[in-house]
Amino acid sequence: MLQRTSALLGLCLLAPLGAQAYTAYVSSEKDNTITVVDGERLEIKKTVEVGARPRGIALSKDNRALYVCTSDEDHIEVLDLASLEVTHNLPSGPDPELLVLGPQGRFLYVANEDDNMVTVVDVEDRSKVTEIQVGVEPEGMGVSPDGKWLVNTSETTNMAHFIDIAKHEVVANVLVDQRPRVAQFTPDSQQVWVSSEIGGTVSVIDVATKEKIKVIEFAIPGMRRELIQPVGIRITDDGSRAFVALGPAARVAVVDTKTFAVEKYLLVGQRVWNLDFSPDQSRMFTTNGVSNDMSVIDMEKLKVLKTIPVGRLPWGVVVAP
Amino acid sequence: MTGWAYVRCLNGILAREGLRFLHQRERFFGALVRPLVWLFIFAAGFRSVLGVSIIPPYETYILYEEYIVPGLVAMILLFSGMQSSLSMVYDREMGSMRLLMVSPFPRWYLLLSKLIAGALVAVVQVYIFLAIAWFWGVQPPPLGVLLVFPALILSALMLGALGLFLSSVIKQLENFAGVMNFVIFPMFFASSALYPLWRIRDSSVLLYDICRFNPFTWAVELIRFALYAEVNWLALLGVSGALLVFLLAALYGYDPGRGMMRFKQGG
Repeated sequence: MLQRTSALLGLCLLAPLGAQAYTAYVSSEKDNTITVVDGERLEIKKTVEVGARPRGIALSKDNRALYVCTSDEDHIEVLDLASLEVTHNLPSGPDPELLVLGPQGRFLYVANEDDNMVTVVDVEDRSKVTEIQVGVEPEGMGVSPDGKWLVNTSETTNMAHFIDIAKHEVVANVLVDQRPRVAQFTPDSQQVWVSSEIGGTVSVIDVATKEKIKVIEFAIPGMRRELIQPVGIRITDDGSRAFVALGPAARVAVVDTKTFAVEKYLLVGQRVWNLDFSPDQSRMFTTNGVSNDMSVIDMEKLKVLKTIPVGRLPWGVVVAP
Repeated sequence: MTGWAYVRCLNGILAREGLRFLHQRERFFGALVRPLVWLFIFAAGFRSVLGVSIIPPYETYILYEEYIVPGLVAMILLFSGMQSSLSMVYDREMGSMRLLMVSPFPRWYLLLSKLIAGALVAVVQVYIFLAIAWFWGVQPPPLGVLLVFPALILSALMLGALGLFLSSVIKQLENFAGVMNFVIFPMFFASSALYPLWRIRDSSVLLYDICRFNPFTWAVELIRFALYAEVNWLALLGVSGALLVFLLAALYGYDPGRGMMRFKQGG
Protein backbone atom coordinates (compact mmCIF):
# COMPACT_ATOMS: atom_id res chain seq x y z
CA MET A 1 0.00 0.00 0.00
CA LEU A 2 2.74 2.39 1.07
CA GLN A 3 4.70 1.50 -2.03
CA ARG A 4 1.77 2.19 -4.26
CA THR A 5 1.10 5.53 -2.58
CA SER A 6 4.68 6.65 -2.95
CA ALA A 7 4.72 5.52 -6.58
CA LEU A 8 1.56 7.51 -7.19
CA LEU A 9 3.06 10.49 -5.42
CA GLY A 10 6.16 10.18 -7.56
CA LEU A 11 4.04 10.17 -10.71
CA CYS A 12 2.14 13.24 -9.57
CA LEU A 13 5.39 15.07 -8.98
CA LEU A 14 6.95 14.00 -12.26
CA ALA A 15 3.97 14.48 -14.53
CA PRO A 16 3.78 18.28 -14.52
CA LEU A 17 7.53 18.57 -14.94
CA GLY A 18 7.50 16.23 -17.92
CA ALA A 19 4.58 18.04 -19.51
CA GLN A 20 6.23 21.43 -19.23
CA ALA A 21 9.71 20.66 -20.51
CA TYR A 22 10.02 22.62 -23.71
CA THR A 23 12.48 24.88 -25.44
CA ALA A 24 12.06 28.17 -27.28
CA TYR A 25 14.32 29.03 -30.22
CA VAL A 26 14.76 32.68 -31.21
CA SER A 27 16.47 33.92 -34.37
CA SER A 28 18.42 37.17 -34.00
CA GLU A 29 18.66 39.04 -37.28
CA LYS A 30 21.63 41.21 -36.28
CA ASP A 31 23.65 38.77 -34.16
CA ASN A 32 23.30 35.93 -36.69
CA THR A 33 22.41 33.54 -33.92
CA ILE A 34 19.72 31.21 -32.67
CA THR A 35 19.14 31.65 -28.92
CA VAL A 36 18.04 28.48 -27.12
CA VAL A 37 15.82 29.27 -24.10
CA ASP A 38 14.52 26.89 -21.43
CA GLY A 39 10.79 27.51 -21.76
CA GLU A 40 9.99 26.57 -18.18
CA ARG A 41 12.78 28.30 -16.27
CA LEU A 42 13.08 31.11 -18.82
CA GLU A 43 16.86 30.94 -18.87
CA ILE A 44 19.13 31.04 -21.90
CA LYS A 45 20.68 27.61 -22.38
CA LYS A 46 22.89 28.33 -25.37
CA THR A 47 23.45 30.74 -28.24
CA VAL A 48 24.23 29.09 -31.57
CA GLU A 49 25.91 30.89 -34.48
CA VAL A 50 24.26 30.43 -37.86
CA GLY A 51 24.55 32.10 -41.28
CA ALA A 52 23.95 35.78 -42.02
CA ARG A 53 20.62 37.39 -41.16
CA PRO A 54 18.50 34.56 -39.78
CA ARG A 55 14.81 35.47 -39.90
CA GLY A 56 11.98 32.96 -40.43
CA ILE A 57 12.37 29.66 -38.56
CA ALA A 58 10.29 26.46 -38.55
CA LEU A 59 10.45 23.11 -36.78
CA SER A 60 10.73 19.82 -38.62
CA LYS A 61 7.79 17.44 -38.34
CA ASP A 62 9.64 15.21 -35.85
CA ASN A 63 10.75 18.30 -33.83
CA ARG A 64 14.38 17.25 -34.20
CA ALA A 65 15.58 19.96 -36.56
CA LEU A 66 15.06 23.68 -37.07
CA TYR A 67 14.88 25.16 -40.57
CA VAL A 68 16.42 28.64 -40.55
CA CYS A 69 15.98 31.18 -43.37
CA THR A 70 19.45 32.75 -43.44
CA SER A 71 18.36 35.55 -45.75
CA ASP A 72 21.77 36.97 -46.71
CA GLU A 73 23.22 33.51 -47.43
CA ASP A 74 20.41 32.74 -49.94
CA HIS A 75 19.79 29.31 -48.47
CA ILE A 76 18.08 27.54 -45.58
CA GLU A 77 20.24 26.09 -42.83
CA VAL A 78 19.14 22.95 -40.99
CA LEU A 79 20.02 23.06 -37.30
CA ASP A 80 20.07 19.70 -35.53
CA LEU A 81 18.41 20.32 -32.16
CA ALA A 82 20.23 17.52 -30.33
CA SER A 83 23.77 18.59 -31.21
CA LEU A 84 22.84 22.26 -31.89
CA GLU A 85 24.96 22.21 -35.02
CA VAL A 86 24.06 23.08 -38.58
CA THR A 87 24.10 19.73 -40.38
CA HIS A 88 23.34 20.81 -43.94
CA ASN A 89 21.80 23.51 -46.11
CA LEU A 90 18.72 23.44 -48.31
CA PRO A 91 18.32 25.40 -51.54
CA SER A 92 15.78 28.20 -51.20
CA GLY A 93 16.11 30.76 -53.97
CA PRO A 94 17.37 34.28 -53.20
CA ASP A 95 16.64 36.12 -49.93
CA PRO A 96 14.41 33.62 -48.12
CA GLU A 97 12.46 35.42 -45.40
CA LEU A 98 9.56 33.34 -44.14
CA LEU A 99 8.87 29.67 -44.51
CA VAL A 100 6.26 27.13 -43.58
CA LEU A 101 6.34 23.34 -43.48
CA GLY A 102 3.54 21.40 -45.16
CA PRO A 103 1.41 19.15 -42.92
CA GLN A 104 3.15 16.00 -44.19
CA GLY A 105 6.50 17.43 -43.16
CA ARG A 106 8.21 16.82 -46.48
CA PHE A 107 7.81 20.10 -48.36
CA LEU A 108 8.93 23.50 -47.19
CA TYR A 109 7.30 26.56 -48.77
CA VAL A 110 9.64 29.55 -48.79
CA ALA A 111 8.92 33.19 -49.64
CA ASN A 112 11.73 34.81 -51.65
CA GLU A 113 11.43 38.51 -50.95
CA ASP A 114 13.68 39.64 -53.82
CA ASP A 115 12.40 37.70 -56.84
CA ASN A 116 8.62 37.47 -56.34
CA MET A 117 8.61 33.70 -56.01
CA VAL A 118 7.49 31.05 -53.58
CA THR A 119 9.98 28.17 -53.66
CA VAL A 120 8.90 24.62 -52.82
CA VAL A 121 11.73 22.63 -51.22
CA ASP A 122 11.86 18.88 -50.59
CA VAL A 123 13.56 18.45 -47.21
CA GLU A 124 14.30 14.74 -47.81
CA ASP A 125 15.87 15.03 -51.26
CA ARG A 126 17.28 18.44 -50.25
CA SER A 127 16.21 19.78 -53.62
CA LYS A 128 14.12 22.57 -55.06
CA VAL A 129 10.85 21.10 -56.39
CA THR A 130 9.36 24.10 -58.12
CA GLU A 131 8.89 27.85 -58.00
CA ILE A 132 5.53 29.61 -58.00
CA GLN A 133 5.21 33.16 -59.32
CA VAL A 134 3.38 35.46 -56.86
CA GLY A 135 3.12 39.24 -56.25
CA VAL A 136 5.90 41.72 -55.54
CA GLU A 137 7.88 41.17 -52.30
CA PRO A 138 6.39 37.90 -51.07
CA GLU A 139 6.40 37.67 -47.32
CA GLY A 140 3.83 35.82 -45.19
CA MET A 141 3.36 32.07 -45.58
CA GLY A 142 0.45 30.11 -44.18
CA VAL A 143 -0.50 26.51 -44.81
CA SER A 144 -3.94 25.13 -44.00
CA PRO A 145 -3.95 22.28 -41.45
CA ASP A 146 -5.91 20.11 -43.92
CA GLY A 147 -3.00 20.45 -46.36
CA LYS A 148 -5.04 21.85 -49.26
CA TRP A 149 -4.08 25.52 -49.27
CA LEU A 150 -1.02 27.63 -49.10
CA VAL A 151 -1.48 31.37 -48.66
CA ASN A 152 1.32 33.76 -49.48
CA THR A 153 1.13 37.51 -48.95
CA SER A 154 3.00 40.03 -51.09
CA GLU A 155 4.07 43.24 -49.36
CA THR A 156 3.94 45.55 -52.35
CA THR A 157 1.04 44.06 -54.31
CA ASN A 158 -0.99 44.01 -51.07
CA MET A 159 -2.56 40.66 -51.82
CA ALA A 160 -3.09 37.27 -50.24
CA HIS A 161 -2.38 34.65 -52.93
CA PHE A 162 -4.23 31.34 -52.53
CA ILE A 163 -2.08 28.52 -53.87
CA ASP A 164 -3.57 25.07 -54.48
CA ILE A 165 -0.95 22.81 -52.91
CA ALA A 166 -1.79 19.81 -55.13
CA LYS A 167 -1.26 21.82 -58.32
CA HIS A 168 1.27 24.37 -57.07
CA GLU A 169 -0.79 27.06 -58.78
CA VAL A 170 -2.20 30.40 -57.68
CA VAL A 171 -5.99 30.07 -57.97
CA ALA A 172 -7.20 33.23 -56.24
CA ASN A 173 -5.94 36.61 -55.06
CA VAL A 174 -7.56 38.64 -52.30
CA LEU A 175 -6.75 42.33 -51.91
CA VAL A 176 -5.96 43.27 -48.32
CA ASP A 177 -4.67 46.42 -46.57
CA GLN A 178 -1.19 47.80 -47.10
CA ARG A 179 1.88 45.64 -46.59
CA PRO A 180 0.52 42.24 -45.59
CA ARG A 181 3.05 40.43 -43.41
CA VAL A 182 1.75 37.19 -41.95
CA ALA A 183 -0.93 34.63 -42.95
CA GLN A 184 -2.30 32.26 -40.35
CA PHE A 185 -5.02 29.61 -40.80
CA THR A 186 -7.56 28.76 -38.13
CA PRO A 187 -7.23 25.16 -36.84
CA ASP A 188 -10.38 24.13 -38.79
CA SER A 189 -8.83 25.45 -42.06
CA GLN A 190 -11.94 27.54 -42.76
CA GLN A 191 -10.42 30.98 -42.31
CA VAL A 192 -7.08 32.61 -42.93
CA TRP A 193 -6.05 35.69 -40.98
CA VAL A 194 -3.74 38.17 -42.72
CA SER A 195 -2.00 41.04 -40.89
CA SER A 196 -1.31 44.33 -42.70
CA GLU A 197 1.63 46.20 -41.20
CA ILE A 198 1.05 49.66 -42.71
CA GLY A 199 -2.73 49.34 -42.96
CA GLY A 200 -2.80 48.54 -39.25
CA THR A 201 -5.45 45.84 -39.65
CA VAL A 202 -5.99 42.10 -39.74
CA SER A 203 -8.18 40.74 -42.57
CA VAL A 204 -10.11 37.56 -41.93
CA ILE A 205 -10.67 35.70 -45.20
CA ASP A 206 -13.15 32.87 -45.69
CA VAL A 207 -11.30 30.02 -47.39
CA ALA A 208 -14.33 28.58 -49.20
CA THR A 209 -15.45 31.83 -50.85
CA LYS A 210 -12.01 33.53 -50.84
CA GLU A 211 -13.62 36.71 -49.59
CA LYS A 212 -12.88 38.97 -46.67
CA ILE A 213 -15.46 38.49 -43.94
CA LYS A 214 -13.99 40.93 -41.42
CA VAL A 215 -11.30 43.58 -41.14
CA ILE A 216 -10.16 43.89 -37.53
CA GLU A 217 -8.93 47.31 -36.41
CA PHE A 218 -6.90 48.12 -33.32
CA ALA A 219 -6.98 51.18 -31.09
CA ILE A 220 -4.82 51.74 -28.04
CA PRO A 221 -5.61 54.85 -25.94
CA GLY A 222 -2.83 57.39 -26.24
CA MET A 223 -1.06 55.49 -29.02
CA ARG A 224 -0.63 57.04 -32.47
CA ARG A 225 -2.37 54.96 -35.10
CA GLU A 226 0.68 54.63 -37.32
CA LEU A 227 2.55 52.92 -34.48
CA ILE A 228 0.04 50.07 -34.54
CA GLN A 229 1.62 47.69 -37.05
CA PRO A 230 0.22 44.17 -36.88
CA VAL A 231 2.69 41.43 -37.83
CA GLY A 232 2.74 38.03 -36.10
CA ILE A 233 -0.52 36.11 -35.59
CA ARG A 234 -1.15 32.95 -33.59
CA ILE A 235 -4.50 31.21 -33.02
CA THR A 236 -5.02 28.81 -30.11
CA ASP A 237 -5.52 25.10 -30.87
CA ASP A 238 -9.16 25.28 -29.75
CA GLY A 239 -9.67 28.18 -32.16
CA SER A 240 -11.13 30.48 -29.51
CA ARG A 241 -8.54 33.22 -29.38
CA ALA A 242 -6.12 34.93 -31.71
CA PHE A 243 -3.02 36.83 -30.64
CA VAL A 244 -1.71 39.63 -32.85
CA ALA A 245 1.71 41.27 -32.38
CA LEU A 246 1.38 45.03 -32.96
CA GLY A 247 5.03 45.97 -33.68
CA PRO A 248 6.10 49.46 -32.49
CA ALA A 249 2.94 49.73 -30.35
CA ALA A 250 4.69 47.24 -28.02
CA ARG A 251 1.44 45.39 -27.44
CA VAL A 252 -0.01 41.98 -28.22
CA ALA A 253 -3.73 42.15 -28.97
CA VAL A 254 -5.95 39.33 -27.70
CA VAL A 255 -8.83 38.80 -30.14
CA ASP A 256 -11.99 36.76 -29.65
CA THR A 257 -12.29 34.70 -32.85
CA LYS A 258 -16.10 34.50 -32.67
CA THR A 259 -16.90 38.19 -32.26
CA PHE A 260 -13.58 39.52 -33.69
CA ALA A 261 -13.49 41.93 -30.74
CA VAL A 262 -10.18 42.84 -29.10
CA GLU A 263 -10.38 41.63 -25.50
CA LYS A 264 -7.16 43.01 -24.19
CA TYR A 265 -3.81 44.58 -25.08
CA LEU A 266 -0.77 43.12 -23.34
CA LEU A 267 2.28 45.34 -22.87
CA VAL A 268 5.48 43.73 -24.16
CA GLY A 269 8.82 45.04 -25.54
CA GLN A 270 9.38 47.42 -28.45
CA ARG A 271 8.58 46.28 -32.01
CA VAL A 272 7.02 42.96 -31.12
CA TRP A 273 7.29 40.83 -34.26
CA ASN A 274 6.53 37.13 -34.00
CA LEU A 275 4.80 34.82 -31.56
CA ASP A 276 4.59 31.16 -30.62
CA PHE A 277 2.80 29.04 -28.02
CA SER A 278 4.30 26.47 -25.68
CA PRO A 279 3.21 22.91 -26.64
CA ASP A 280 0.62 22.81 -23.82
CA GLN A 281 -0.56 26.33 -24.80
CA SER A 282 -0.05 27.61 -21.25
CA ARG A 283 2.45 30.23 -22.33
CA MET A 284 3.21 32.39 -25.33
CA PHE A 285 6.60 33.76 -26.37
CA THR A 286 7.13 37.00 -28.31
CA THR A 287 10.19 38.45 -30.03
CA ASN A 288 10.68 42.18 -29.39
CA GLY A 289 13.02 43.47 -32.09
CA VAL A 290 13.94 46.94 -30.84
CA SER A 291 14.26 46.22 -27.12
CA ASN A 292 16.20 43.02 -27.91
CA ASP A 293 14.22 40.78 -25.65
CA MET A 294 11.51 38.14 -25.45
CA SER A 295 8.31 38.47 -23.43
CA VAL A 296 6.55 35.48 -21.92
CA ILE A 297 2.77 35.59 -21.55
CA ASP A 298 0.68 33.51 -19.15
CA MET A 299 -2.15 32.30 -21.40
CA GLU A 300 -4.60 31.54 -18.63
CA LYS A 301 -4.31 34.87 -16.81
CA LEU A 302 -3.53 36.81 -20.01
CA LYS A 303 -0.66 38.54 -18.24
CA VAL A 304 2.96 39.15 -19.17
CA LEU A 305 5.05 37.05 -16.79
CA LYS A 306 8.54 38.11 -17.62
CA THR A 307 10.71 39.71 -20.27
CA ILE A 308 14.19 38.33 -20.79
CA PRO A 309 17.02 39.65 -22.99
CA VAL A 310 17.96 37.60 -26.05
CA GLY A 311 20.22 38.48 -29.02
CA ARG A 312 20.12 41.73 -31.01
CA LEU A 313 17.10 42.21 -33.29
CA PRO A 314 15.22 39.06 -32.29
CA TRP A 315 12.98 38.11 -35.22
CA GLY A 316 11.42 34.63 -35.26
CA VAL A 317 10.43 32.32 -32.42
CA VAL A 318 9.33 28.68 -32.31
CA VAL A 319 8.79 26.41 -29.31
CA ALA A 320 9.65 22.71 -29.43
CA PRO A 321 8.51 20.04 -26.93
CA MET B 1 1.07 47.89 37.29
CA THR B 2 0.36 44.59 35.60
CA GLY B 3 0.86 43.70 31.95
CA TRP B 4 -2.90 43.64 31.64
CA ALA B 5 -3.07 47.33 32.41
CA TYR B 6 -0.65 48.00 29.56
CA VAL B 7 -2.89 46.10 27.17
CA ARG B 8 -5.91 48.08 28.36
CA CYS B 9 -4.04 51.31 27.85
CA LEU B 10 -3.07 50.32 24.28
CA ASN B 11 -6.67 49.27 23.65
CA GLY B 12 -7.93 52.62 24.83
CA ILE B 13 -5.60 54.54 22.56
CA LEU B 14 -6.39 52.24 19.62
CA ALA B 15 -10.11 52.70 20.16
CA ARG B 16 -9.72 56.47 20.36
CA GLU B 17 -7.71 56.60 17.16
CA GLY B 18 -10.14 54.23 15.44
CA LEU B 19 -13.12 56.34 16.49
CA ARG B 20 -11.44 59.49 15.33
CA PHE B 21 -10.85 57.83 11.96
CA LEU B 22 -14.45 56.65 11.68
CA HIS B 23 -15.96 59.95 12.74
CA GLN B 24 -13.84 62.16 10.56
CA ARG B 25 -15.26 61.03 7.24
CA GLU B 26 -13.70 63.98 5.44
CA ARG B 27 -10.30 62.87 6.62
CA PHE B 28 -10.95 59.35 5.41
CA PHE B 29 -12.13 60.44 1.98
CA GLY B 30 -9.37 63.02 1.79
CA ALA B 31 -6.80 60.35 2.47
CA LEU B 32 -8.29 58.21 -0.29
CA VAL B 33 -8.99 60.89 -2.87
CA ARG B 34 -5.43 62.20 -2.83
CA PRO B 35 -3.72 59.03 -4.15
CA LEU B 36 -6.67 58.25 -6.43
CA VAL B 37 -6.33 61.61 -8.16
CA TRP B 38 -2.68 60.76 -8.80
CA LEU B 39 -3.57 57.31 -10.06
CA PHE B 40 -6.56 58.21 -12.24
CA ILE B 41 -5.46 61.57 -13.61
CA PHE B 42 -1.74 62.13 -13.22
CA ALA B 43 -0.73 58.59 -14.20
CA ALA B 44 -3.09 58.65 -17.18
CA GLY B 45 -1.14 61.56 -18.62
CA PHE B 46 2.16 59.73 -18.32
CA ARG B 47 1.09 56.23 -19.25
CA SER B 48 4.06 55.21 -21.33
CA VAL B 49 6.78 57.54 -20.06
CA LEU B 50 8.95 55.01 -18.29
CA GLY B 51 10.72 54.06 -21.50
CA VAL B 52 12.66 50.96 -22.34
CA SER B 53 14.00 49.68 -19.07
CA ILE B 54 13.07 46.88 -16.74
CA ILE B 55 14.04 47.61 -13.13
CA PRO B 56 13.70 45.21 -10.20
CA PRO B 57 11.39 44.03 -8.73
CA TYR B 58 9.52 44.19 -12.05
CA GLU B 59 10.23 41.39 -14.50
CA THR B 60 8.68 42.90 -17.58
CA TYR B 61 7.54 46.23 -19.00
CA ILE B 62 4.96 48.08 -16.92
CA LEU B 63 2.69 51.05 -17.39
CA TYR B 64 3.29 54.19 -15.34
CA GLU B 65 0.19 53.61 -13.25
CA GLU B 66 1.64 50.34 -12.05
CA TYR B 67 4.92 52.04 -11.21
CA ILE B 68 3.47 54.76 -9.02
CA VAL B 69 1.13 52.61 -6.91
CA PRO B 70 3.80 51.77 -4.26
CA GLY B 71 4.72 55.47 -4.14
CA LEU B 72 1.09 56.43 -3.63
CA VAL B 73 0.77 53.82 -0.89
CA ALA B 74 3.75 55.40 0.85
CA MET B 75 2.11 58.79 0.32
CA ILE B 76 -0.94 57.59 2.24
CA LEU B 77 1.34 56.53 5.08
CA LEU B 78 3.22 59.84 4.99
CA PHE B 79 0.06 61.96 5.14
CA SER B 80 -1.42 59.72 7.79
CA GLY B 81 1.72 59.95 9.90
CA MET B 82 1.72 63.73 9.61
CA GLN B 83 -1.99 63.98 10.31
CA SER B 84 -1.67 61.85 13.41
CA SER B 85 1.04 64.18 14.68
CA LEU B 86 -1.16 67.12 13.78
CA SER B 87 -3.70 65.65 16.16
CA MET B 88 -1.00 65.63 18.85
CA VAL B 89 -0.58 69.37 18.46
CA TYR B 90 -4.35 69.71 18.60
CA ASP B 91 -4.56 67.49 21.67
CA ARG B 92 -1.95 69.59 23.35
CA GLU B 93 -3.78 72.82 22.63
CA MET B 94 -7.10 71.39 23.77
CA GLY B 95 -5.64 69.92 26.91
CA SER B 96 -6.65 66.34 26.30
CA MET B 97 -3.02 65.37 26.03
CA ARG B 98 -2.44 66.40 29.60
CA LEU B 99 -5.05 63.88 30.59
CA LEU B 100 -3.08 61.17 28.85
CA MET B 101 0.26 62.33 30.10
CA VAL B 102 -0.71 62.26 33.76
CA SER B 103 -1.58 58.57 33.50
CA PRO B 104 0.80 56.32 35.43
CA PHE B 105 2.14 54.67 32.25
CA PRO B 106 5.61 55.57 31.06
CA ARG B 107 5.67 58.23 28.41
CA TRP B 108 7.48 56.07 25.81
CA TYR B 109 4.70 53.51 26.11
CA LEU B 110 1.99 56.08 25.55
CA LEU B 111 3.77 57.52 22.52
CA LEU B 112 4.44 54.07 21.08
CA SER B 113 0.78 53.09 21.54
CA LYS B 114 -0.21 56.25 19.75
CA LEU B 115 2.18 55.38 16.91
CA ILE B 116 0.84 51.83 16.58
CA ALA B 117 -2.73 53.09 16.54
CA GLY B 118 -1.86 55.61 13.82
CA ALA B 119 -0.05 52.96 11.77
CA LEU B 120 -3.00 50.56 11.89
CA VAL B 121 -5.42 53.25 10.74
CA ALA B 122 -3.06 54.14 7.89
CA VAL B 123 -2.72 50.51 6.78
CA VAL B 124 -6.51 50.17 6.60
CA GLN B 125 -6.54 53.15 4.22
CA VAL B 126 -3.78 51.56 2.15
CA TYR B 127 -5.68 48.32 1.67
CA ILE B 128 -8.80 50.19 0.56
CA PHE B 129 -6.64 52.09 -1.95
CA LEU B 130 -5.03 48.84 -3.16
CA ALA B 131 -8.48 47.32 -3.68
CA ILE B 132 -9.53 50.25 -5.87
CA ALA B 133 -6.22 50.10 -7.77
CA TRP B 134 -6.88 46.39 -8.35
CA PHE B 135 -10.08 47.22 -10.22
CA TRP B 136 -8.17 49.88 -12.13
CA GLY B 137 -5.95 47.11 -13.48
CA VAL B 138 -2.96 47.37 -11.15
CA GLN B 139 -2.82 43.80 -9.89
CA PRO B 140 0.27 42.77 -7.95
CA PRO B 141 0.52 39.05 -7.07
CA PRO B 142 -1.89 38.08 -4.24
CA LEU B 143 1.04 36.82 -2.16
CA GLY B 144 2.62 40.26 -2.43
CA VAL B 145 -0.56 41.96 -1.21
CA LEU B 146 -0.28 39.78 1.91
CA LEU B 147 3.48 40.14 2.36
CA VAL B 148 3.34 43.92 2.05
CA PHE B 149 1.61 44.12 5.45
CA PRO B 150 4.77 44.11 7.64
CA ALA B 151 6.43 46.54 5.21
CA LEU B 152 3.43 48.85 5.55
CA ILE B 153 3.45 48.69 9.35
CA LEU B 154 7.19 49.38 9.56
CA SER B 155 7.00 52.27 7.09
CA ALA B 156 3.92 53.70 8.82
CA LEU B 157 5.70 53.57 12.20
CA MET B 158 8.77 55.27 10.71
CA LEU B 159 6.79 58.09 9.10
CA GLY B 160 4.56 58.37 12.19
CA ALA B 161 7.64 58.67 14.41
CA LEU B 162 8.91 61.45 12.15
CA GLY B 163 5.58 63.23 12.55
CA LEU B 164 5.67 62.71 16.30
CA PHE B 165 9.12 64.23 16.49
CA LEU B 166 8.01 67.20 14.37
CA SER B 167 4.95 67.72 16.54
CA SER B 168 7.17 67.91 19.59
CA VAL B 169 9.03 70.80 17.99
CA ILE B 170 5.95 72.72 16.90
CA LYS B 171 4.34 75.05 19.34
CA GLN B 172 1.09 75.92 17.68
CA LEU B 173 -1.33 74.49 15.18
CA GLU B 174 -0.67 77.33 12.72
CA ASN B 175 2.99 76.45 12.41
CA PHE B 176 2.10 73.02 11.24
CA ALA B 177 1.14 74.03 7.71
CA GLY B 178 4.66 75.32 7.17
CA VAL B 179 6.17 72.07 8.30
CA MET B 180 3.87 70.18 5.95
CA ASN B 181 5.24 72.27 3.10
CA PHE B 182 8.82 71.84 4.21
CA VAL B 183 8.55 68.13 4.99
CA ILE B 184 5.83 66.40 2.99
CA PHE B 185 6.41 67.92 -0.42
CA PRO B 186 10.21 67.72 -0.53
CA MET B 187 10.10 64.19 0.88
CA PHE B 188 7.52 63.04 -1.64
CA PHE B 189 8.98 64.61 -4.76
CA ALA B 190 12.62 63.88 -3.97
CA SER B 191 11.99 60.15 -3.86
CA SER B 192 11.45 57.16 -6.12
CA ALA B 193 7.66 57.46 -5.68
CA LEU B 194 6.95 59.17 -8.99
CA TYR B 195 9.95 58.30 -11.13
CA PRO B 196 12.70 55.69 -11.01
CA LEU B 197 15.94 57.12 -9.66
CA TRP B 198 17.92 56.30 -12.82
CA ARG B 199 15.77 58.90 -14.54
CA ILE B 200 16.76 61.51 -11.95
CA ARG B 201 20.43 60.60 -12.27
CA ASP B 202 20.20 61.47 -15.96
CA SER B 203 19.54 65.11 -15.06
CA SER B 204 21.35 65.65 -11.77
CA VAL B 205 23.68 63.43 -9.74
CA LEU B 206 23.28 65.62 -6.65
CA LEU B 207 19.52 65.29 -6.76
CA TYR B 208 19.95 61.56 -7.28
CA ASP B 209 22.04 61.32 -4.09
CA ILE B 210 19.49 63.37 -2.16
CA CYS B 211 16.74 61.03 -3.32
CA ARG B 212 18.80 57.99 -2.49
CA PHE B 213 19.25 59.04 1.13
CA ASN B 214 15.66 60.15 1.62
CA PRO B 215 14.01 57.83 4.19
CA PHE B 216 10.80 58.14 2.19
CA THR B 217 12.56 56.52 -0.81
CA TRP B 218 13.48 53.59 1.42
CA ALA B 219 9.86 53.24 2.51
CA VAL B 220 8.67 53.37 -1.13
CA GLU B 221 11.20 50.74 -2.25
CA LEU B 222 10.52 48.49 0.75
CA ILE B 223 6.81 48.59 -0.13
CA ARG B 224 7.45 48.21 -3.88
CA PHE B 225 9.52 45.04 -3.44
CA ALA B 226 7.21 43.58 -0.78
CA LEU B 227 4.23 44.14 -3.06
CA TYR B 228 5.93 41.80 -5.55
CA ALA B 229 6.81 39.29 -2.81
CA GLU B 230 10.46 40.30 -2.59
CA VAL B 231 12.59 41.85 0.17
CA ASN B 232 14.75 44.90 -0.49
CA TRP B 233 17.20 44.41 2.41
CA LEU B 234 18.86 47.79 2.02
CA ALA B 235 15.50 49.55 2.20
CA LEU B 236 14.51 47.40 5.18
CA LEU B 237 17.69 48.42 6.99
CA GLY B 238 17.13 52.07 6.08
CA VAL B 239 13.52 52.16 7.26
CA SER B 240 14.34 50.35 10.52
CA GLY B 241 17.27 52.68 11.21
CA ALA B 242 15.19 55.77 10.46
CA LEU B 243 12.40 54.47 12.72
CA LEU B 244 14.86 54.12 15.59
CA VAL B 245 16.34 57.58 15.09
CA PHE B 246 12.97 59.35 14.74
CA LEU B 247 11.51 57.47 17.68
CA LEU B 248 14.41 58.39 19.98
CA ALA B 249 14.18 62.00 18.79
CA ALA B 250 10.43 62.06 19.47
CA LEU B 251 10.89 60.58 22.97
CA TYR B 252 13.53 63.17 23.65
CA GLY B 253 11.27 65.88 22.32
CA TYR B 254 8.41 64.81 24.57
CA ASP B 255 10.54 64.46 27.67
CA PRO B 256 9.48 67.41 29.87
CA GLY B 257 12.78 67.35 31.71
CA ARG B 258 15.08 67.73 28.73
CA GLY B 259 13.30 68.03 25.46
CA MET B 260 11.68 70.66 23.35
CA MET B 261 8.71 70.95 25.69
CA ARG B 262 10.85 72.91 28.13
CA PHE B 263 12.16 75.32 25.52
CA LYS B 264 8.66 76.06 24.46
CA GLN B 265 7.39 77.00 27.83
CA GLY B 266 9.79 79.92 27.82
CA GLY B 267 8.94 80.97 24.27
